[in-house]
Amino acid sequence: MRMPRLTAFLAATAVFVSAFTLAAQAAEEVHVLNWKGYGADEPWAVANFEKATGFKVVNDFFNSEQEMLTKIRTNPGLYDVVMINAAFNDQAMAGKLIQPIDVSKLSNYADIAKDKAGSPMLNHDGKVYGVPWVWGLTAIAINDKSFDKPPTSIAEMWDPAHKGRVIIRDDAVEAVQFGAIASGQNINDIKDMEAVKAKLTSLMPQIKTFWSSENDWNQMVASNQIDIGTYWSGSADRAKTHFKLPVSLVIPQEGAVAWLDAFSIPVGSKNVAGAEAFINYMIDPKFYVEWVTKVGAPVSANTKAVDALPEDAFNRKVMGSPDVAKRIQFQAPVTDEQREKYLALWQELKVNVK
Amino acid sequence: MADQLAIGSRRGLRPALPLLLPAYLWLTVAIFLPLSAMAFFSFMTDLPLAGKEWTFTLGNYAAFFSQSLYSTLLFASLRLGLEVTLWCVVIGYPAAYVLAKVLKGRSREAIFLLVILPFWSNGLVRIFSWAMVLREGGILDTALNAVLPFKINIDLMYSYPAVIIGLVHSYVPYMVLTCYLTLQAIDDSLIEAGRSLGASRRQVLWRVIIPLSMPGLIAGAALIFVPVVGSFMEPRILGGRTGTFYGTVIEDQFVAVFNWPLGAALSFILLAVVLIILALAAPVLRRAG
Repeated sequence: MRMPRLTAFLAATAVFVSAFTLAAQAAEEVHVLNWKGYGADEPWAVANFEKATGFKVVNDFFNSEQEMLTKIRTNPGLYDVVMINAAFNDQAMAGKLIQPIDVSKLSNYADIAKDKAGSPMLNHDGKVYGVPWVWGLTAIAINDKSFDKPPTSIAEMWDPAHKGRVIIRDDAVEAVQFGAIASGQNINDIKDMEAVKAKLTSLMPQIKTFWSSENDWNQMVASNQIDIGTYWSGSADRAKTHFKLPVSLVIPQEGAVAWLDAFSIPVGSKNVAGAEAFINYMIDPKFYVEWVTKVGAPVSANTKAVDALPEDAFNRKVMGSPDVAKRIQFQAPVTDEQREKYLALWQELKVNVK
Repeated sequence: MADQLAIGSRRGLRPALPLLLPAYLWLTVAIFLPLSAMAFFSFMTDLPLAGKEWTFTLGNYAAFFSQSLYSTLLFASLRLGLEVTLWCVVIGYPAAYVLAKVLKGRSREAIFLLVILPFWSNGLVRIFSWAMVLREGGILDTALNAVLPFKINIDLMYSYPAVIIGLVHSYVPYMVLTCYLTLQAIDDSLIEAGRSLGASRRQVLWRVIIPLSMPGLIAGAALIFVPVVGSFMEPRILGGRTGTFYGTVIEDQFVAVFNWPLGAALSFILLAVVLIILALAAPVLRRAG
């Protein structure tokens, strides 16, 4: 008596499960892997894309580049679109995780700035492995309430007037590259590690705490606990536009770290057409303008998208100025060996404050 | 005689098996298997994911000994564990005594509810509410300045005391509950007997109440010490730049740099150290108990 009932139950479960799987496959899905709250998961954007193309977007998120690589490595065939920082594109391609993209299918690709589209980090053997999406800076941001006029130099972070009111991100690579800029070095070829260490050591007593998410930073400003700190350009824009906080981005005269985010298609994607449509939508000027206006965003790699912004928009006026272009240094791939060296230095600094 | 005993115990075990099975099955699946996998990882050079080469190594354990960083942090974490446990005893034991011996009926229920209330809220919510209380211009700062005639500046946030406060608040209910159970089991007539035989209140406390409630104190201390040594969330949020502890470094290995093997090795070293401490403390505590 018991056995048949169990069998019936199992059979029913199996039928249900397969019914659900079939239903899921009926509406063609585009599985997207990206940072949370980073454009691709905006509800209005997803709704617009789904209405225009009939594909259904399924978002998944990662918290670090290493986690992203692991996710595509361990789930072959699950994702159709993945957002990869250009500095990690090499590693993903070498691991045979992403496939070449047929850019002729992307109507907006021709409008992407030539220096971004032609970046050696995204192109290998004449094939395109990443479509540039947006770029931005890791620069410094200030609490407007603490400054009469914005500072111009990175040295402001070391000013005793801001003791205990400085914040930097708890990230070894970012901290070391920031130290390289402060000590006047090339972020991709740090010759004098001791100078970086000395700079960061003298910064430690100034620091209030370390931030790890945008929310940390914004809360510190909202409760007026900090004056100045390292921040991402897109996040500073979001803090100002979306959260109405007194935050301004400063691109110091010493320079800033620039990064380029790009979309790739993983090997084994089940819906390449959907992936192409989604990437094309993400680099579309219409999406970009709406993203900047509603939420705040980094700078689009699509020149037409940037030109569609109002003339005095920060992302057009300041980020696009040739003067800024001269100062910033684009982040190149970081090897595992370097990463571990940076982490050891960063941990040592953090332990020594105790 | 011996045979009879053996049969008796076997007879006792067999009917008990179906009752034990779910618990042991659960322990095997949920604790033993993942822990074994972690132990396995800790001897590898890299995670065995598609396309990645790996070999067995002792390097992850060697890393602990080759850099003073990890032992410094482990020492700091052990100190943190001791301090938090001590504060939990200081705060929790008197509360448990009042609950068990002084209060009765409704008021006991009400106080009991207040003690276990923190258990019902999410840990992160508790920590973030402390952040609101402790920071400069926060609730504590504003309230004290409203009452006091002179101006004081309280900014405990992002400091070692903030970490202690947050952890003590999270773990004190364990101490209250374990001590309450043993204190409540003490027969009141023992205390009365001590008093009637001429012992002072203090003597009764030291010679009767504390020895009899020792098992509860020890259980509470172990329940608090072990998780506090490995804690990472509270130090990270409340400790600011001084919030780097052994637990946060392990978390970094798993989350930030994705070096699971090193993270696993560091975790097992922590486990070993904690077990050694508990083993060393056991005879002392048993004698005290």
